[in-house]
Amino acid sequence: MLCIGVGNAYRRDDAAGLEVAALLQGTHLTVRQLSGEGAQLMLAWRDAPHVIIIDAVSSSGVPGTIYRLDAAVDPLPAYFFRCSSHAFGVAEAVEMGRALDELPAELIIYGIEGADFREGVGLSPPVAAAVAEVAVRIQRL
Amino acid sequence: MSRKTIKVDYLARVEGEGGLSIKMKDDRVVDVQLRIFEPPRFFEAFLQGRSFMEVPDITARICGICPVAYQMSSCHAMESIAGVQVDGMLRELRRLLYCGEWIESHALHTFMLHAPDFLGYPDAIQMAKDHPDLVKLALRLKKHGNDIMVRLAGREIHPINVRVGGFYRVPTRQELLSLVDDLKWSRDAAREAVEALAGLPFPEFEQDYEYVALRHPDEYPFNEGRLVSNKGLDIDIADYDQHFVEVHVAYSSALHSRLKKRDNYHVGPLARYNLNFDRLPSSVKKIAKAHKLEPPVNNPFRSIAVRGLETLFAVEEALRIIESYEPPPLPYVEVVPRAGTGHGCTEAPRGILYHRYTLDDNGIVLDARIVPPTSQNQKTIENDLWRFVEQGIATNMEHDLLAHTCEQAIRNYDPCISCSTHFLKLDFEQV
Repeated sequence: MLCIGVGNAYRRDDAAGLEVAALLQGTHLTVRQLSGEGAQLMLAWRDAPHVIIIDAVSSSGVPGTIYRLDAAVDPLPAYFFRCSSHAFGVAEAVEMGRALDELPAELIIYGIEGADFREGVGLSPPVAAAVAEVAVRIQRL
Repeated sequence: MSRKTIKVDYLARVEGEGGLSIKMKDDRVVDVQLRIFEPPRFFEAFLQGRSFMEVPDITARICGICPVAYQMSSCHAMESIAGVQVDGMLRELRRLLYCGEWIESHALHTFMLHAPDFLGYPDAIQMAKDHPDLVKLALRLKKHGNDIMVRLAGREIHPINVRVGGFYRVPTRQELLSLVDDLKWSRDAAREAVEALAGLPFPEFEQDYEYVALRHPDEYPFNEGRLVSNKGLDIDIADYDQHFVEVHVAYSSALHSRLKKRDNYHVGPLARYNLNFDRLPSSVKKIAKAHKLEPPVNNPFRSIAVRGLETLFAVEEALRIIESYEPPPLPYVEVVPRAGTGHGCTEAPRGILYHRYTLDDNGIVLDARIVPPTSQNQKTIENDLWRFVEQGIATNMEHDLLAHTCEQAIRNYDPCISCSTHFLKLDFEQV
């Protein structure tokens, strides 16, 4: 199982995915931390049959809410994730992978609703709790 | 009398946040505003007080797409203050790094962001369903551009191996040779790409621009040259401030650049290409001629095909450099700081990027000025929109198509809005 934590460490809650990945280091899982640039993601999951992506979400929901999406079933709303350079981020990479028939056999995406995406470091308390929860859930898989 | 407005609240498929507003009265355009509301980031201010050695790494953070341009312009400026010339293989490695950036940036913009406009798709994902081979080709080309950057500079975004005077570490010959097979594939792919791009349907829109680009005695320009234009400009980059001025407009957080003697001007692939076609290798010229792309190319919509030719050039140049590469004895030239003012101007994928720094005796930055390509193109983009909308009205172009083509026209410039928002003084005027 390949786990990819995505985000920007210097945009507070946007680091949620990176923090989950950090908690999963040293477990039986293969872990990577990436910025979320779409083309890089598509390369990262190439040849990996089972992939989990963890990313921060900005959808006006309750901070700390955990979303679980199965890419094989759910099309990803582009507005859902924090946008990245030149608007080719996680959602676009997944949909592009689908269009090119290059998605992993199993691709699960965990989203964590963030509260604060301003510049700076440190997660807000509900997001930090959600990060720990997602890490536990993934380890149980 | 009728009033109409074309309004695009958020521009898609450009880097950073911007919008567009075009006001019309009867059949005339009365106002065009390319609104850049990405907040300014004050880089020039917080460079003050930092060591000259930190500047390439700090300014690289201005852009995730063209960090090499920021590193190169700042390194050249610092070296000019110290009186140091970086040449030989170190200079070649700098060109190689720039090749990587051009390939990845052009491949991304051309195919993922701009081509959908021409082929009638809302985005690259929808385009991929009908043109999967084209999209796969673009993604692989981009990757091989990234590979050059990773091999030479540690990583593809915000590289960490560039320093004033050269590099922290130079690659072995074997490390670079390992890129050759992929670059040979890229050369074929870029030729195929040019063919596909040259055959796209282009709106009729020939314009009389003042093109501004670097010009070098022997090379298609990356790092060095004089600043020239097709309307008589021919200056040393140190004289930039005497000829160019930045103007604040209330609706944009990016300054507008103008030529003091004339007005707006055009930087980027079209400018480089029209002013430096004779510096391209004959192999690239031949392909350009085969696809009827000889200069002058004055239709900005055809810049997408010129980006394809520049990608081919960058791949060929990378192969040329790698094939003759021998590691230099030292990875950098020692640069001893001294007080003074220096200038750097290099060709970012989207056009000239000018830096000016003043240092004290200890190499501490006293003053910094950065003029990115997108702020230089802003006024030209607005003028294009003005004329294009009037042309569209005159030919009874349908409103939605006109609005969409206006966005496409902005993307002709591959604007990098994050880069362009850099000004220091917020001085809003009530009108």
